Amino acid sequence: MATRPRQAVRWAIRAASIGACLGLWQFAATAHLNLGAVTFRNVPPPTEVAEAAVVLLRSPKLMAHLGSSLARVFAGYGAAALLGIALGIAIGRSRAASDLLLPPLELLRPIPAVAWIPLSILIFTSSEVSMIFITFIGALFPIILNTVHGVANVDQRLIASARSLGGNRLAILQEIVLPGAAPAIVTGLAIGMGTSWFCLVTAEMISGQFGIGYYTWEAYTLQNYADIVVGMLVIGLMGMGSSWALTSLGRVLMPWHRPSAVR
Amino acid sequence: MSGDPADGHRRPSGHVKVSRVSIMLGESDKAFRAVADLSFEVAPGELLCLLGPSGCGKSTVLGALAGHLEIATGAITLDGEPVAGPSPDRGLVFQQHTLFPWKKVRHNVAFGPKMRRVARRERLKAADDLLALVGLAGFEDFYPAQLSGGMQQRVEIARVLINHPRVLLMDEPFSALDALTRARMQQVLLDIWTRIPTTTVFVTHDIDEALFLADRIIVMSHRPGRVIDDIRLPFARPRHADLVTEPDFVRLKRHVMGLLRHRDT
Repeated sequence: MATRPRQAVRWAIRAASIGACLGLWQFAATAHLNLGAVTFRNVPPPTEVAEAAVVLLRSPKLMAHLGSSLARVFAGYGAAALLGIALGIAIGRSRAASDLLLPPLELLRPIPAVAWIPLSILIFTSSEVSMIFITFIGALFPIILNTVHGVANVDQRLIASARSLGGNRLAILQEIVLPGAAPAIVTGLAIGMGTSWFCLVTAEMISGQFGIGYYTWEAYTLQNYADIVVGMLVIGLMGMGSSWALTSLGRVLMPWHRPSAVR
Repeated sequence: MSGDPADGHRRPSGHVKVSRVSIMLGESDKAFRAVADLSFEVAPGELLCLLGPSGCGKSTVLGALAGHLEIATGAITLDGEPVAGPSPDRGLVFQQHTLFPWKKVRHNVAFGPKMRRVARRERLKAADDLLALVGLAGFEDFYPAQLSGGMQQRVEIARVLINHPRVLLMDEPFSALDALTRARMQQVLLDIWTRIPTTTVFVTHDIDEALFLADRIIVMSHRPGRVIDDIRLPFARPRHADLVTEPDFVRLKRHVMGLLRHRDT
């Protein structure tokens, strides 16, 4: 088989690419490279970042920061998932619900969630709740819109078949509309998870007390420059982990979605 | 199928009567008459083919029989009761891709009994029995996408027959299949129909298919669809593939082709 060695070569190239990036970074940071518009004078080299990461891993601060960030995402994103899917199904299935709910949602949709930060600090007396609200708003719209899209695009012939086989409204919702819309809903959940993290980190930088966004911003104000990059890496890892969790959930919930053909 | 407690449903019933039916399709100002003043009857246990060119309204008639479309004038009855809305009593098989992709084959077939709240063990047993009848024993745990087109249509038929419908409505069920599979599926359908005698209305634009399957053929004209001929077929059953080369078959085929050619132009 010619594919095996070719695969090995491709992996080697990929690894070398990452190695080259790290090498360039190390060189630029230790040489305090100054290109005029861009300067590496205050950028920590990867070796320092690694040391700082080890220190953070060993300190109890990590769990405190991660714990509060995760709790906020769970609360805000969880509420957005429940409400978004419910609203999306109502809007997609009922003309009355669509006329009643869609206009205000369409008006609010173009406002980026981050733009809600000042107002939400004013509205909510606790900064904790205002940060949860920002993650909620960030996730809500992609989840609603994808659910509406998924529900509206369920094959009408499947619904006709189910009615012919004796299915009533509720059964059709459970057995046909929900599974039919599931791939679109999971897509909405994945997009929502991304914006949710993005909004959370921004909110934490502005009004946080703990949390990984706050940690990153605090590192900047305290001039612990290596910790800034550690914070960035942790944020990236959390986003990656949550999107992996969602894809796995999708695979478990929708085993029919990519079955292999036998003939 | 023996031992199924629901067998009591199946009596030699299934008398379909379509009287002076017109059907309008489309939204208000673009509405057009798809079917005009159409009348025919189907006797209990009969296999009737509605044959006509595409756009003649034959599928529309079937949609009205199924209860998915409203009729503008006239009446449709099944055993004397007017048709109002979809019902498992009138099982509908589409052309393709209407199995529920997220349900395994067994659960697709068991959908009707599930809606009637038949106990789980009982309905899965009934589904497995019907799958065996249509020749799909061993495929119960497959998803529809893992089956070939012909196998999917067998599941469709099983999923409808499990409800013991008084009439089986088939809307060009084999037209998306390749020629060889189609011929085999026609044989499979006749085989099933012999074992579970059910009044059947089969819509097709394929003259050979209609002549091979039917007890009786109703030939429909171009839109708005009217009956232009009502032919009782003399061929004995069981029928075999070589029927299509017999002189009587060829003579009738020529006759029907003539009918359709005249109206085409």
